[in-house]
Amino acid sequence: MTAGPDVNELYQEIILDHYREKHHAGLRDPFQSEVHHVNPTCGDELTLRVHLDGDTIDDVSYDALGCSISQASTSVMTDLVIGRTVDESMALFDEFRHMMHGQGRVQPDEDRLEDGIAFAGVAQFPARVKCALLGWSALRDALVRAGAEVPDNESEM
Amino acid sequence: MYDVDAVRRDFPVLERTVGEFPLTYLDSANTSQKPRRVVETMAQHLLLHNANVARAMHLLGSEATEAYEGARAKVAAFVGARRPEEIVFTKNASEALNLAAYTLGSGLRPGDEVVISVMEHHSNIVPWQLACERSGATLRWFDVTDEGRLDLERAEREGLINERTRVVSLTWVSNVVGTVNPIARIAEQAHAVGATMVVDGSQAVPQLPVSVSALGADLVAFTGHKMLGPTGVGVLWGRYDLLAELPPFLGGGEMIEVVRMSGSTFAPPPHRFEAGTPPIAEAVGLGAAIDYLTVLGMDAVAAHEQEITRYALGALRGIEGLRILGPTEAIDRGGAISFVLDGVHPHDIMQLLDARGVAIRGGHHCARPLHERLGVQSSTRASGYLYTTEEEIDRLAEALVFTRDFFAGRMASGSGTARRRAAREEARRLRGAQPTQPDQTRTEVGA
Ligand SMILES: Cc1ncc(COP(=O)(O)O)c(C=O)c1O
Repeated sequence: MTAGPDVNELYQEIILDHYREKHHAGLRDPFQSEVHHVNPTCGDELTLRVHLDGDTIDDVSYDALGCSISQASTSVMTDLVIGRTVDESMALFDEFRHMMHGQGRVQPDEDRLEDGIAFAGVAQFPARVKCALLGWSALRDALVRAGAEVPDNESEM
Repeated sequence: MYDVDAVRRDFPVLERTVGEFPLTYLDSANTSQKPRRVVETMAQHLLLHNANVARAMHLLGSEATEAYEGARAKVAAFVGARRPEEIVFTKNASEALNLAAYTLGSGLRPGDEVVISVMEHHSNIVPWQLACERSGATLRWFDVTDEGRLDLERAEREGLINERTRVVSLTWVSNVVGTVNPIARIAEQAHAVGATMVVDGSQAVPQLPVSVSALGADLVAFTGHKMLGPTGVGVLWGRYDLLAELPPFLGGGEMIEVVRMSGSTFAPPPHRFEAGTPPIAEAVGLGAAIDYLTVLGMDAVAAHEQEITRYALGALRGIEGLRILGPTEAIDRGGAISFVLDGVHPHDIMQLLDARGVAIRGGHHCARPLHERLGVQSSTRASGYLYTTEEEIDRLAEALVFTRDFFAGRMASGSGTARRRAAREEARRLRGAQPTQPDQTRTEVGA
């Protein structure tokens, strides 16, 4: 019988670092949109706000209840997207999602995904992929509601 | 003497290992494992006796009908129904509760009240919300005490059950905190005001000796897959005279008497409520599960459940940082034990336990309002059944201590990624100095 993938690959130090010390956590003003996303299977909940300055994501703030994977992923995401344009951020989302759906076979680009590469191991735990994508999906939704032009690529979800 | 080792030999899945660990299945409140006899009986039926029921008149048709109606009779005897016609087969408890809510709901008017409780499974909340929305009736509910028991005093004070109450629908045993509710007493109150008493027996029927006639309820819903049977078959027991008064739920084949284009008349219970081809092999499987439970004896099954629950409560109480939700003693308590562990989210507990072969459930267990009431976002639930051993509970406790320490250790340790982060932060600062980065090429990834 198989042992399944190793949990140590799931709980990378980088992930637990972000879980312990969430970057950009808390809800802040000003913001143009606020969304509330849940993961109905486990009940994780996330309220997320964005503030845009032209095309650039000026701030992402959030309040989250959830597991280490969803919390850490949201934290890493804020590091990646704050200060970037909407297009750049959504390109990163594409890369991140591609990695998450790659069952561990996609080699992530550390220069691009930074701490996000730690989630490559999560891709081997299909039940947890949703957790890792919760923050990103909420961000995308918040950007749409804030009036940003967001490429339509939901079909990959 | 209850021989749990002999019982376990009937469940091949319990011999599985997960890596170096034996499988420890503690998610039986979610669904139970199946003994060989159930699977073999279903296979036998499908391989040798398969035909549609009622409408096929040939040899196989009558064998299939006999098997299906035989299963109904077994269920009826098992729960102490007065006659087999009081047993309606559905696809699960959720459908049975929807049937109850839809048909009873058709008689509701604005001003009427339906009473449920905050500890219900979503399956005993949402159908009543829908029925109240459709009819304009008001939905009210029992609160629970901090210990996870129905707050009967408060209900009394607030006149929860009163002359406007038409339906009271409660779970017999909580799927989260394990509480056994005083159904007979509440049924009496319901009947005193002329209300119908509906019971969600999903967690009770698998564990307790049941006599629906003695319970005082009018309708009882339960589900096959939690009592050794297959998925795809559930049951609504109803007092025959009540069933006979209720309008149809789903329309279709087999539930009719005469169909004319101008209108139809309907078959008597139980067929009135069984539109279309029913889950035949599944009902036969449920019949085999009932045979299995009957041979063991429900008194023995209940006693074993109590013993394991008492042992598990003791083991969990001994874990520092762990808090049990609901009653912490095995008194008026079923086998589901939910808890929270300081600093570790249930989803993460589930993952680490899973890696050690221990299968439990993390989340809100389809009872979000109860979690909200108890002030927790989600919880972890361990639930044993007639095959569960003390040794398995020990493995659960061990894995929980391991999990707590795993996270405590890693959460306390200094940041091993500090250096890498400092380098990144520097890079980010530089990026911030030239915020537009006009020369950055976008990598195109698969659309
Ligand atoms: C108390 C209770 N009610 C209802 C249900 C629903 O059962 P099913 O999913 O088989 O419809 C369950 C199980 O999930 C339960 O524990």
